[in-house]
Amino acid sequence: MNSWLKENAEPLLPLGGSALLVLVGTWFFPSFLSANYLVQQLQIASFLGVMATGAMIVILLGQIDLSIPWTVAGAAIIATSLAAADHAILNVLAIPAALLFGALIGIVNGVGVAVFRIPAMVWTLAVNAMLLGLAVINTGGFNPKGEASALMIELATGRTLGIPNAALLWLTLGAATVSFFRRTAFGRYLFAIGHSEKAAYLSGVDTRQVVFAAFAIAGVCSALGGILLAGYANQAYQSMGDPFLLPAIAAVVIGGTSILGGRGTYFGTVSGAIFATFLTSVLSVLQVGEAWRQILFGSFILAILLLQNIRQRQAHSTDE
Amino acid sequence: MLRKYYANNKREALAILFFAVAFVAYLATHPRGPSTYVLTIWANQATILALAAMAQFFAVVVRGLDLSVGAVMALANTLASHIVIGTSGEIAGGSLLVLGVAALCGLFNGLIIVYGRIQPIVATLATGAIYTGFALMLRPSPGGDIDADLADMMTYDIGGVPTALVLVVGLLLLLRLPMRRTGLGLSMYAVGSNENGALLSGVAVAKTKLVAYTLAGLFAGLAGSFLGFVTFSGDANIGPSYTLNTLAAVVLGGVLLRGGAGTLLGATIGAFILRTISALMFFSGLPPLAQPFFEGLILATAIAVGGADVLRMRNHLERLER
Repeated sequence: MNSWLKENAEPLLPLGGSALLVLVGTWFFPSFLSANYLVQQLQIASFLGVMATGAMIVILLGQIDLSIPWTVAGAAIIATSLAAADHAILNVLAIPAALLFGALIGIVNGVGVAVFRIPAMVWTLAVNAMLLGLAVINTGGFNPKGEASALMIELATGRTLGIPNAALLWLTLGAATVSFFRRTAFGRYLFAIGHSEKAAYLSGVDTRQVVFAAFAIAGVCSALGGILLAGYANQAYQSMGDPFLLPAIAAVVIGGTSILGGRGTYFGTVSGAIFATFLTSVLSVLQVGEAWRQILFGSFILAILLLQNIRQRQAHSTDE
Repeated sequence: MLRKYYANNKREALAILFFAVAFVAYLATHPRGPSTYVLTIWANQATILALAAMAQFFAVVVRGLDLSVGAVMALANTLASHIVIGTSGEIAGGSLLVLGVAALCGLFNGLIIVYGRIQPIVATLATGAIYTGFALMLRPSPGGDIDADLADMMTYDIGGVPTALVLVVGLLLLLRLPMRRTGLGLSMYAVGSNENGALLSGVAVAKTKLVAYTLAGLFAGLAGSFLGFVTFSGDANIGPSYTLNTLAAVVLGGVLLRGGAGTLLGATIGAFILRTISALMFFSGLPPLAQPFFEGLILATAIAVGGADVLRMRNHLERLER
C-alpha cells in the first residue's frame, strides 16, 4: 500500500485537489455537494477524459496533437449531418463515419510527423487550420445543420443504473488503454519511443508504424469526444472543440505524464481530467469572473506541477 | 559568398525566396497596385506578427518554447490602451511601463522554467492563462485609446518607406552583431544546441535562459504595443491566434524547434510569409469561404517543403537525428 502511494503520488495530487475544491464549494454553498452534482460532473469529465486519452497517447510518444479542436468539431459535423439525413443507411453510418474521419486525420498527422519529420506542434497546427477551412467551406460559415441521433444523445446524456453512459464509455476506453499499455508490445513501444526513438528503432521497432497508429488512435478519441459533445448539445457548432484543447493537455500533464514522453500513467490522466472539470465547475459556481478564472486555472496548474517537482526531487535525494 | 550563405542557411534562404515570390504576387494582384499606401498596410500587419515571431525565436533558440507570447501581447496591448495617452511625458512613461511589464512576464516564465524545472511548453501554457486573466481584467471588452500622434508616427511612412519596416530592419541590424559576436548571443545558441555541453564549457546556462525568456517577453510587449498603434485600442482576446502563428512563423523561417539554430531574420521572414499569404488570399479571387482552407493548405505545403530534405537522407537513423 505504501509503495502504491509512493508510485502514484503524482496522480493523487490532482485528486486531492479535486476533493479540496469540492469542499471549498460546499463551504460557500452547503447545497453544492450532492450525489446528483457529482454524477453530473462525472458526465462532463468524461467528455474531457475521452479527448485527454488521445492526447495522452500522443504525448507519451513525446509528440503533441494540436488538431484536437477541429477533429472534434469535424467529427461532430459529420455525425450530426449524417444522423439528420433522410436515409436509414446514412443514419446508421453516422457514428462509424465520424470515427473513421478521426482515424484519417490522425493518419495525416502521423504521416507529417513520422515520414516528413515535421515537428508535431506545427504540423498538427496546419492540419487543424485546414480542417477549419474545410468546415467553413462545408457549412458556409453558418452553424452546421443536422442534429444528433437518438443513440448519440443516449450515449452522451443517458444513464445506466444511475451511472452516466458517457462515464461508462470512458471507463471502457480507459480499461482498453491501460491493458493496451501493459499487455501489448505496441503499448510498450509507445513508452520506448517516448524515451528514445533512436534506441527503439535500433532495437528493431518499426517506429513509423507506431507513430501512425498512435496519432490514428488519438484522432479516433477526439472524434469520439466530438460525437459525445454533439449528443450532449444535440447539435454540432463552430469551434465546439476549441475550449477542450488546453484542458485536455493540462489534464494529461498535471496527471504526471511527462510532456517529453516516455513516462506517465492513465490513472494520472483520469485524475487530471476530473480535477480540470471540478476546477471549472467550482469557479463557475462561485461566480468567479472570466479574468480570475483564467488566473486561478493557470496558478493551480503551476502549483500542482511545482509540488510534483519538489516531491520528485525529495524522492531522488532519499534514494541516494 | 552567396553560395556559402545558401549552404549554411538552406532553410532560411528558401524562406526568403518563397517570401519574395509571394510578395511580388501580392503586389501584382493588388487592385491598387504597388504604392506606399498598399505597402504600409501590409507592413503594419506583418510587423505585428514579426515582432511576436522574434519573441518566439528567443524562447525557441534556447530549446524552449513560449506559448504565452500571445497572452503577453494581449496584456501589453490592454495595458497600453490605458496608459499610452496624455502628455508626452505620460506617453513615454506609459510605453516604458508596458514594455517593463511584458519583460517581467518573460522573466517570470524564465524563473518558473529554470528554477521550477517545469517544461517550457507546460509552464508557459499555465502562465499564459494567468497573463490572459490580467489582460481581461484590464479590458473585459475591447476598447480604450492610444495616443494618435505616436500611433501615426509608427504606422505611417518615412519618405515612402513604411515606418514599420524601418523599425523591423533597424531591430534586426541592431541585434545581428550581439547575437553572433557577444558571449550572451553565442551562449543562447550553445544552450539551445547542447545544454550539458554548454554547462560544461562554462556557459551560465540559467542566466542565459533567463535573459532569453525576458527578451521573449519584451518582444511580445513590443508586438502588443504595435498592435495597439494599428488598432488604437486594447483587446484581451487576441492571444491564441498570435501564439499559434508565431510557431508557424519560426518554423517557416528555418528556426529549428529543437533549438540552437536559426536567426531573427528567419523568424521575421516566416512572419512576413504568413501575412503575405493571408493578404494574397484576400485578392486572389477565390471564393471567400474557400480562403481559410487554402491558407491552411499553403501553410502545410510550405512547412512540408521546408522539411522535404529528409526524403533525400541516406538512412532512417539520420532522420531520427532531426
